[in-house]
Amino acid sequence: MTNNSNGRREFIKMSSLSGLGLVLGISALDKNFSLTKYGEAAFQLEINPFIIIDNLGNITLVNPRPDMGQGSTQAVPSLLAEELEVSLSKVKLIQSDGKAKYGSQTAGGSSSVRELWEPLRKAGAAAREMMTEVAAKRWNTSISNCYAEDGRILLRNTDKSFSFGELADEAAKLPIPKNPKLKDPKDFKIIGKTNPRLDVPSRVTGKAVFGLDVEVPGMVYAAIEHAPAVHSKIVSIDAAAALKIPGVIRVMKAERPMPHRKSEAVAVIATNWWAALKGKKALKITWDNTSYENMTTDAYFAKAYEAAKKEGINHEEKGDMTQALAHAEKTLEAVYETPFLAHAPIEPENAIAHVKDNGEIEIWAPIQGPDWALRDVAGYMKVKPEQIKINVQLLGGAFGRKAYHDFLLEACFLSKELKKPVKVIWTREDDITQGPYRPGMLSAMKGAVNGKKIAAFHHHAIGESIKGQVFQSLSDFEVDDWITGELSAENHKYQIPTWKLSWTNVKTDIPIVWWRSVYASNFAFGQECFMDELAHAAGQDPIEARLELLSDERFKKVLEVISEKANWKEQLPAGKGKGIAVFRSFESISACCVTVAKNPAGGVKIEKVVSVIDCGYHVNPDNVKAQTEGNIVMGLTAAMKSGITFSKGMAEQSNYHNYQVMRINEAPIMDIHIINSGEKPGGVGEPGLPPVAPALCNAIFAATGKRLRKLPINLSEV
Amino acid sequence: MAVFNLNINGKKVTVDVDPDMPMLWVLRDFAGLKGTKFGCGMAQCGACTIHLNGQPIRSCQAPVSSIAKNAKITTIEGISDGVQLHAVQQAWIEAQVPQCGYCQSGQIMSAVALLKTTPVPTDADIDAAMSGNLCRCGTYDRIRKAIHNAAELSKNADMPKAGKVGGN
Repeated sequence: MTNNSNGRREFIKMSSLSGLGLVLGISALDKNFSLTKYGEAAFQLEINPFIIIDNLGNITLVNPRPDMGQGSTQAVPSLLAEELEVSLSKVKLIQSDGKAKYGSQTAGGSSSVRELWEPLRKAGAAAREMMTEVAAKRWNTSISNCYAEDGRILLRNTDKSFSFGELADEAAKLPIPKNPKLKDPKDFKIIGKTNPRLDVPSRVTGKAVFGLDVEVPGMVYAAIEHAPAVHSKIVSIDAAAALKIPGVIRVMKAERPMPHRKSEAVAVIATNWWAALKGKKALKITWDNTSYENMTTDAYFAKAYEAAKKEGINHEEKGDMTQALAHAEKTLEAVYETPFLAHAPIEPENAIAHVKDNGEIEIWAPIQGPDWALRDVAGYMKVKPEQIKINVQLLGGAFGRKAYHDFLLEACFLSKELKKPVKVIWTREDDITQGPYRPGMLSAMKGAVNGKKIAAFHHHAIGESIKGQVFQSLSDFEVDDWITGELSAENHKYQIPTWKLSWTNVKTDIPIVWWRSVYASNFAFGQECFMDELAHAAGQDPIEARLELLSDERFKKVLEVISEKANWKEQLPAGKGKGIAVFRSFESISACCVTVAKNPAGGVKIEKVVSVIDCGYHVNPDNVKAQTEGNIVMGLTAAMKSGITFSKGMAEQSNYHNYQVMRINEAPIMDIHIINSGEKPGGVGEPGLPPVAPALCNAIFAATGKRLRKLPINLSEV
Repeated sequence: MAVFNLNINGKKVTVDVDPDMPMLWVLRDFAGLKGTKFGCGMAQCGACTIHLNGQPIRSCQAPVSSIAKNAKITTIEGISDGVQLHAVQQAWIEAQVPQCGYCQSGQIMSAVALLKTTPVPTDADIDAAMSGNLCRCGTYDRIRKAIHNAAELSKNADMPKAGKVGGN
């Protein structure tokens, strides 16, 4: 947008608005999210606002959180609609494009409602008050005589009303109220109520357009042969057979730009993707893998187990752990292992990039964060952010993977060379063999019991660091605070007399990144299984033992509710067992109770999973349930299905046949309960996952007496 | 390259493509039907499920040259009668099954085929018919409920007229 009137016209076209009425922006740069009003001048500055109420009453909201299935396209507009007193269907959404003026725009860290809860409601309330003031003036009455309902301001005890459209232009002339009055939660009509997601119909008819479905004029397709050992070097390329395939245009060297390093690759460019894929399969490439033959998960875990025998970097210690262990009646030690995992969203990584002759770059891609993508594209292509236009597409699942932009930068690289729009589509094999992965981790635990009391608890977290590898921002002497944030006493709230948390960074060249619930998905396993071990060593009921250590009311309530809902105290026949775990992540507390039963033929089966979540205020309880169902399935998959293993520098898994994902016949009966604590919103998309694996293994112990400390487990062999 | 005359969703479609090309890519890139999805390319995930003469198949494993003349191909775009959504789609909306929705075209195609042969499926029937369709978002519990509900809807002659075609 270089021309003012063009900018205005384009925006109006995009939002199908008529004349501009009231236009509000939320200052992304201001910690307090102060509100700003925009007039026509907004477009001269190319500052697109967040919220527009036009003079026909149409409402448009720029959504700063891409939808990957977590429901942001419902949750985000609900916050505005609630305070504006309009139905959800009245709010038209436009996805933000990554520009800095929209502030943080990444769907990640279960942040959508947490971060937008106050600013969007404030914006809605401010707009409502401004329109109410105009209406009150016109009727020559007091503001308290007027109220908003269904897109109109009404005059009490009369049939008089004005539509928002009739008020918007004049409202725009008023100053923005400094402290708009937010609705009392007891008056909420949308927030906290189960409402159907408006985009569901498009997702059952095949009409929803995902990243993979987008075409742009003149585009060519690319299939990319990635380095078998992720960082292998190309020795030679024989493209003769590939070039004979009808539709193949060119075979070219390419590169896979990861945040911390680049890998070599070969791209096959074709007029359609099938031809490109066939060409990729016909390539004869000699790779030099020698430098990476020792890049194996066995070698990584061997180093990690060595580290477990030593002291790590001490992060926090309450009391003297050495003394507490030396003088305890009973001490316990155990090491817990969690594997590397691929995200494996069913929609594989894909992106279109068009590097234009004038240096501008346009992107169409299913990405979690256009703001991060903009930063990465600008940095990699050495262009200014204003030269980049990002069109975020629906994501067919992501789980953290699509906030890592290697596939997008591959498309940029190829488009720059080819001077055309290029669509890169990864194969499933690319997705599973190339990473980045959730890192495998160890929890080396030590603890002590005196009588019936848990007296000491030491969690030594060991493994590769995302901050260290991806962002290259962790020194050897530094603790990864993403990890310690999740494992600190401040987070888990257990009040244990002697307490210690330490960390050792074990490095690997296997690429890693965040995965649903990040490190909580690894370390909740060690923390909560070891808590179970200590409870048993102390001769205590695992829930009672936890309650004894907790004074935090929210944690206690979560445990009490799950005890009741899972019928924790029922007497179970021999061969059945229940396991419990609780973990706080992304400002929500979730507990899980798994019931397992021994099979007559051997092994165990999962009979039921009960989950409780206290996520504070939430928009749609049914969506909280849906996300928790998803977390149970993904958490069980992570606990029971194959992890990623590397041998001779290469992933040993390549597709869903050997990197398995739970199927419907294995999905357990689930029972989910939401506690409305009335606290500020916590995350929803991730917190249900961390307690699942420890609850499962604690249940297996209860049923069989076997302690399983290494994931994944094979239920049929328990 | 070769010319193929196909019957897709009751319409004649002519394509000139590589005979090896799987129906998945013919549908998506030559017939303009993007509702059928690519997930694995080896019949492991079911995202590409379509019907061939009413039978569910994985279109990523069906080269266009293997499609018999006069064979009827049905995709997610072709299962409603044009007036209202298929009972399975209605049930999917009612149960709010989709999260990201990417796998749901394939899930729905498998469910429609199941209900054709087994109008009132048991949980075991559902497991058998649906275990080829992966959902990474974990919507299985709702899929199960929606199939039972769709069976009810289909049984009932006075099917509610909810969910018009092209909703949203």
